Amino acid sequence: MVGNELANNQNPLWTSIFWRLLRQDRQAAVSTVVLGIFLFAAIFAAFVSPLDPAKTTNDTFQPPSSQFLLGTDDLGRDVLSGIIYGAQTSIIFGVLVTLTSGLIGIAIGGIAGYAGGIVDDFLMRLTEFVLIPPRFFLALVMAALFGTSLFYLVIILSFTYWTTMARLVRAEVMSLKERSFVEAAKAGGSTPLRIFVFHILPNALPVIITQMMLTVGGVILLQAALDFIGIGDADRISWGSMLHNGQHFIRDGWWMVLFPSLALALLVLALNILGDTINFVLNPKTRSSQIDRAV
Amino acid sequence: MPATFSRKFFSRSFGIHFARRLAQSTVLVVLLIVFNFFIIHIAPGDPVDYLAGQSGDQEYYDLIRAKFGLDQPFLTQLWVYLSSVLRGDLGYSLSHQQPVIDVILSRTPATLMLVIPAIAIATFSGIVLGVESARRQNSRFDRFVNAFALLGHSLPSFSIGMFLLLLLSLQFGLFPAQGATSANKELQGLGYAADFLLHLALPCLTLVIVQLAQILRIMRTEMIEVLNENYINAARAKGLGEERVLYIHALRGALIPVATIIGSDLGMLLSGAVLIETVFAYPGLGRLMLEAIAARDYPVLLGLLIITSVSVALANFVIDTIYPLLDPRIK
Repeated sequence: MVGNELANNQNPLWTSIFWRLLRQDRQAAVSTVVLGIFLFAAIFAAFVSPLDPAKTTNDTFQPPSSQFLLGTDDLGRDVLSGIIYGAQTSIIFGVLVTLTSGLIGIAIGGIAGYAGGIVDDFLMRLTEFVLIPPRFFLALVMAALFGTSLFYLVIILSFTYWTTMARLVRAEVMSLKERSFVEAAKAGGSTPLRIFVFHILPNALPVIITQMMLTVGGVILLQAALDFIGIGDADRISWGSMLHNGQHFIRDGWWMVLFPSLALALLVLALNILGDTINFVLNPKTRSSQIDRAV
Repeated sequence: MPATFSRKFFSRSFGIHFARRLAQSTVLVVLLIVFNFFIIHIAPGDPVDYLAGQSGDQEYYDLIRAKFGLDQPFLTQLWVYLSSVLRGDLGYSLSHQQPVIDVILSRTPATLMLVIPAIAIATFSGIVLGVESARRQNSRFDRFVNAFALLGHSLPSFSIGMFLLLLLSLQFGLFPAQGATSANKELQGLGYAADFLLHLALPCLTLVIVQLAQILRIMRTEMIEVLNENYINAARAKGLGEERVLYIHALRGALIPVATIIGSDLGMLLSGAVLIETVFAYPGLGRLMLEAIAARDYPVLLGLLIITSVSVALANFVIDTIYPLLDPRIK
């Protein structure tokens, strides 16, 4: 395994520590397995899914049985297949928004921390400002006005999620830029961009990776909440929209709300525990962290 | 403490701090409105759709166009929008045939009935459970509290609501499933109050779980940190009882960060409340939002964004202002 190779390396990389921890920490190990199952289901949805999740049939409101493992909904759609394809939606949004918002946050935090002075002041006021409107309401209004195609929704969610990363990266950059290796690079004539990308960023990675890990769960919850309230794209199969539909029929079929809810809870819980573990390994001095939840 | 509190409150430096915070918050609110204006104009489509809502006729659209000066230069439009919102005019809701501010204000009490008790219960129990679990670090109780906090923190509010609804209401029939009162019963006085509280119980419990999970974890970490400080050793060395050390001395040090968290969590709490309301068909701002989405009543949605943003700004203002009064380290 990767872990063994790295463990033999003279440089004790954090990945090796992480693997060792996984072997000792049962919670983290179980979370990794759960995350793995969801990832597998999402990637191979077309092969794993027993039925077409969008196909309506005459088997409406079927309780869980050997034929329909998690039952069917009001239009006879298979709940298990919906959950498998829903994992795709959640993970795609979680990953895309985390990467996009992460990049925005790194750029803004990096510029603020490196430039200092008025630029820093301005960017930090901007960050504080974006933190004021509740993420859920902001995303909801923007989704209502701009539309909820994948592209727009990723932009909208990223717009509401970059702030924490910006603050963290700024703090890291401010402490790193005084260090002698940065001074050396400066004296050597490196451009600020080069210094930032090659000298500062690698040292800020632990904080960045942890924050990204903790962002995924929050984004997944927020996206599910938007679909749940009914602002999302009705054609997109997601846990949130299954719950939106299911809550009207909560008396006729508990399985329509229980299973998508469990899937959502399980995935976010796994991400949360892993985020905590990674935080513990990478930033041992900081205290326990939490996902950046909005709902 | 009260003596220091009032001495600080009437001090000159506090006056300056207060005035500066007030100015900052005012600027913030103005910027929030400007920001709203920008989203309306950047969004694809005609701004008049978003200012009027999508069920008006041509005549009404012309009226709105004239009112917001949409044929005027950009800055004039901004000024018209800003000044009307600052006057409390959030537009007119076509689907409710009422000004948006009235629609929102009429639904706010129901949501506050949910949010205020939830904050109170969650804060109180979060403090007690946090202190007790920090006191018995790594005990079974501590691990249970931790697991609860982690779980409550990972579950979306609406899922918690639906779990409780399925279990306590539909399975065991302990609580009514929907609404704020029983429509089919003619109740008065105490009976009405009891009925109302029964309906409130589940949505409120859901919100308590969400908020409690947040407060618990922070409270526990803060307490553990504070308990390692020298002044706690000093208090113990003086021979003070453990309860007194924990709940008077340590708590005061740990509460300050928790207070700021409660302020910054208000946005999350309101979002959670709105989602929980839709689970229980509770007639507050959540139901209003659902109706507004269905009717494409944009003025109501934009109004909700402004109102919730301003509430968060206000909460931050209040907490920032009293922060130096609470913190003994700040003179």
